[in-house]
Amino acid sequence: MTATDVSTGAAQRRSGHYLYAASVALLCAWVLVPLYFLLINTLSSPDTVNSFPKPFIPEFDWGSLEFFAGYDGMLKALKNSVVVAVLTMIMSIAVGAPAGYALSRFEFRGKGLFRMLVLLTRAFPLPLLALPLAVMFIRTGLDDTAIGLALVHTTLAIPFAVLITFSLFSGIPIELEEAAWTLGCTRFTAFTKVVLPLILPGIAASAIFAFVISWNEVFAAAVLTIENRTLTAFLLAKLGEAPLHLKFAGGFILVVPALVFIFAVRKYLFAMWGIANR
Amino acid sequence: MAEIQIKGVAKSFGSYTALHDINLTIQDQEFMVLLGASGCGKTTLLRIVAGLETATTGEVWIGGKRVDHLPPKDRGIAMVFQNYAVFPHLTVFENIGFGLRMKKVPNDEVKRRVERTAGLMHIEQLLGRYSGELSGGQRQRVAVARALAMEPDVILMDEPLSNLDALLRMEMRAELKGVLAESNTTAIYVTHDQVEAMSMADRISVMHQGRIVQAASPIEVYRNPAAEFVAGFIGNPPMNFLPATPQGAGKWAVAGQVLDGPQTQKALKFAIRPEDLHLAGQGLQAVAKVIEPLGAHLLVTCEVDGALFRAVLDSDLSVKPGDTLTLAPQSDRIRWFDPETTRAVA
Repeated sequence: MTATDVSTGAAQRRSGHYLYAASVALLCAWVLVPLYFLLINTLSSPDTVNSFPKPFIPEFDWGSLEFFAGYDGMLKALKNSVVVAVLTMIMSIAVGAPAGYALSRFEFRGKGLFRMLVLLTRAFPLPLLALPLAVMFIRTGLDDTAIGLALVHTTLAIPFAVLITFSLFSGIPIELEEAAWTLGCTRFTAFTKVVLPLILPGIAASAIFAFVISWNEVFAAAVLTIENRTLTAFLLAKLGEAPLHLKFAGGFILVVPALVFIFAVRKYLFAMWGIANR
Repeated sequence: MAEIQIKGVAKSFGSYTALHDINLTIQDQEFMVLLGASGCGKTTLLRIVAGLETATTGEVWIGGKRVDHLPPKDRGIAMVFQNYAVFPHLTVFENIGFGLRMKKVPNDEVKRRVERTAGLMHIEQLLGRYSGELSGGQRQRVAVARALAMEPDVILMDEPLSNLDALLRMEMRAELKGVLAESNTTAIYVTHDQVEAMSMADRISVMHQGRIVQAASPIEVYRNPAAEFVAGFIGNPPMNFLPATPQGAGKWAVAGQVLDGPQTQKALKFAIRPEDLHLAGQGLQAVAKVIEPLGAHLLVTCEVDGALFRAVLDSDLSVKPGDTLTLAPQSDRIRWFDPETTRAVA
């Protein structure tokens, strides 16, 4: 190898680094710039929001947010969103975690098929299902209720709950449970004394993810609720009439919890993808 | 009193049969080692005794009680796992006391027994730590202490030393043997390491392809292997084999030499351990191929009549590759095997 070879190799490596850094910067900007504008506009006074050019530094004016809080029906919608999301969280974990445990610990016929089908529930476009669902919900009296909407959101969240908990349970060696059985535990007490304490953070993460799915969902919410709209559905309905600064404030209120929660549970989401890619 | 009886136990996984009709009795307080290569069914057999696996057919009795339908917790056993299975969310103290807590043993009694077993395993100073703060060897000690704290009738061990480095393994081997001998429990110990088996066992059950080929004391297994598999598996280097042709009246021709052997007319295999060969004026003509000085002795790999043959000789000897050695087998150590049944012939 000559000196020129070494230097071209190094140059190639360096340009590779630049390309990599540029891609990372571009992707970050793609995500962060809109969020930054959202932040600036939320924390600006209504007048600034409607004027041009925009400042690059937020004014820390709480006018928009105050207006948002005072807007008719907004707080009720916020409350509905929280109620539906919490119900979704509880139901998807109650159903998803046992399914994840069964997938990771037992061998049964159709296991691979089940894992596929669980994901397939997400393959149906929601608009296709929304109308028949709305009709069915009206017949059963589930329409326009928090529990009804939470049921729909639960079906959306369950695939993730199953796959995340499946990967979590698979990460706990079966020997730990077996050791507990030989030390005087039944299957149930081994689960509560050994598996549960180890898996609790992951279950919490999976629950938070279900919360975020419900929190962000707009289509089913818009179709299935009228009086008891969630925040997303409410904002969608009011998009036409609401002033710009209200939309920004609403968007901000929607984005922040989702962002914070997803950031908190990112480790577990990677785990899920790691398993799902196999 | 905890005698273990395994009666006609078989286990199939679908069309694959992992265990064929195993019958084995382990005496009270006996140290039984199940020895075999990986995949021979030794771990499956242990797990059936533990109740972690159900036998397809057959019965397991512990201490005169049939237990094969009972869950692990009702069998009076404790188990040490290959990867230790120390609970990561509990301290060493709570790990060792876990089984006692499950049995609702009073607090001060738990404390007394945890401290006693921790003392036996020399881990008193680690009681406040978590599994993540321990080395492999320390985790191993916790796992053993946790099993001993239960004061079980039977202790089951699945390759407990295989994840330790060589030096630590040797140390733990001796320690474990001492501790178990004092605890008066019946032990079943699964390993693929013949040195572990030889050094610790009261009795060794050599397993091969889901069957117990021989169950006997270590020295018996070594000196009088019941089958060709045992002879080739036990001993490092293993036994040498040569074809033998009958010459009538208990005389056998082995590589041009005539030796005394059993009174049968079938073709047999002659077998001898490498250390039972000596240089002599008359014997098997061996051409040395590879010479490996091992310090205490010289391991010479040679060719006798076209077959691979090993001899362990005195390390003072000077041998070069290509030299022809005359090796005389020690007559009382010669063994004979029937090549059709692979069993030993007296």
